[in-house]
This record gives sequence, C-alpha cells and structure tokens, in this order.
Amino acid sequence: MSEQELQVQEKQMVQQEGEATKPEKYFIPAVDIFEDEDKVTVVAEMPGVKTSGVDVALEDDVLTIRGHQEDDAPKEGRLLLQEYETGSYLRRFTVAETIDQDKIQATMTDGMLTVELPKAAPAKPRKIEVQAG
Amino acid sequence: MALIRFTEQPAFRNPWAEFERIRQGLDELSNSLIGQGRAHIHATVYPPLNMYETKDALILKAELPGVHPDDLEISLEGDTLTLQGKRLRKLDDKATSYHRREIAVGNFSRALALPTKVDLDNMKATLADGILTITLQKADEVKPRQIKISTD
Repeated sequence: MSEQELQVQEKQMVQQEGEATKPEKYFIPAVDIFEDEDKVTVVAEMPGVKTSGVDVALEDDVLTIRGHQEDDAPKEGRLLLQEYETGSYLRRFTVAETIDQDKIQATMTDGMLTVELPKAAPAKPRKIEVQAG
Repeated sequence: MALIRFTEQPAFRNPWAEFERIRQGLDELSNSLIGQGRAHIHATVYPPLNMYETKDALILKAELPGVHPDDLEISLEGDTLTLQGKRLRKLDDKATSYHRREIAVGNFSRALALPTKVDLDNMKATLADGILTITLQKADEVKPRQIKISTD
C-alpha cells in the first residue's frame, strides 16, 4: 500500500444552498472514517488550517467540520504558477451512532484533523449471556 | 507601408480569419467553464504547487497534509528542484471497520524547472500546518539592479 504513487486529487467545491455573504471558497476535505468498539474516528485533510481555525460541532446527529484558512499568499509578488486553490473547508455527516457529546475530542496535526466521537454507553456492544433454565 | 498581421486581413482575403475567430470563441467558452474567476492549471504530478515571484525571491507552496518533515526531501540541482517524500498513515489496529477511505497514502516525487537562477546556498523550507513553503533567493546576477547615473 505504501509503495503506491500519490495521485493528484482535484479539490471539490462545496455546493452551497443560497449565496454566501462573504466571498469565501469552501472545499470538501477528503476524510477517513473508521469505527471501533468505543468510538467513531473522523480524519479530515485540511492543509493550512490552524488549530484556532477549526470548528467542530455535533447537532441533531449532524457532525459539521469546518476549517477556516487564512489567505497565506505572499503580500508582494506575482503568481507564476497556480495548480491549487486555497480556501476554507466544510463537510457535514449524519452520525448514526449515539455519541457522548461531552467527550468529543479534536486534534489538529500537520494539517490533518482527527475527531474522536466516543459512543455513548448504551450503544456499546454488550454480550448477553444465555442462561440455561 | 503599414504592416498588417496575417490574421487581421479582411475576411475575403484571408480564409483563416474565420477559423481564428472560432478558436478564440472556443477558448473563451472553455475558460468560462473551468471556474469562476482565475482558472488554475491542473497538475498531473503530486503535489500541486503554487509559485510566486517577488523582487528577489521565488516562493513555492505546496499542500502536504499528513506529511512528516522527516519523510520529506527537497533537493536543488542547477535550476531543477526536486521534491520527494512519502505520506504514511499509521492505521489503528483496533479499528474494526472503515466507513470511508478517501485519504491516499503513498510516495511522491516531483521535479520542477525553476524559471530563474537561484542562490544555491540560500534556500529555506518550512512545513507548518500541512503547508510546505520553500523560499529561494534569486541569484545575484538575475536580481534587479539599479544603475546610478552620474553627471560629469
């Protein structure tokens, strides 16, 4: 798997309903979502977003990930080559599991956001012993 | 005698003018389809780069989320800049099921010809928040120089 050559993935724009008041561009970040017994983990690719620019919210089973990127183009100078666009990131998911809202943790490292959503107690698998009677 | 460009000749004298007009129309159409505002070039080799030029430096930027600085190698040979590296993801052993896998892992290598000569001893690269910034100072001979005018 690690021997594979990385391919260029074109950034996809978020299709918004209505118009935004600010002339901001929103892109859909690529994500990995995996689940184990205790939690659901969402990893999102958001280069250029600082820890302070991340906004994670869970409301009515909808998880919203938003990463605000400040324009980091040099103040002076002209653009010779532009192969990617910069902008903010936005993506929403409907979470099927019951999540313990108070224990949600989010960390930002090297432009990757990791959100851990611990499952609430009743959703954890429980083994039911069958009693011989 | 006034010089007239070949494509600017009247249509009855230049049958190619009509083709030129169609070509320009198609260019405008494809530009308007690519996106609002500035169209960017589609990179074919990872990673996509943005390059800026200032008075005495070249600034290159690349989005490399999840790449550790130890896994990245930048070399400069003459005016060819090479970026090499890999992106690894340590997989959670406990993870029992994946719902989505969109983030690719693998190697990359990209060589780029720089548009000007640069000072080989004076390059700086930083990797912060998944953004790589390489600052290359232009070589002294291509830096703009002001010429003082003296009066005798």
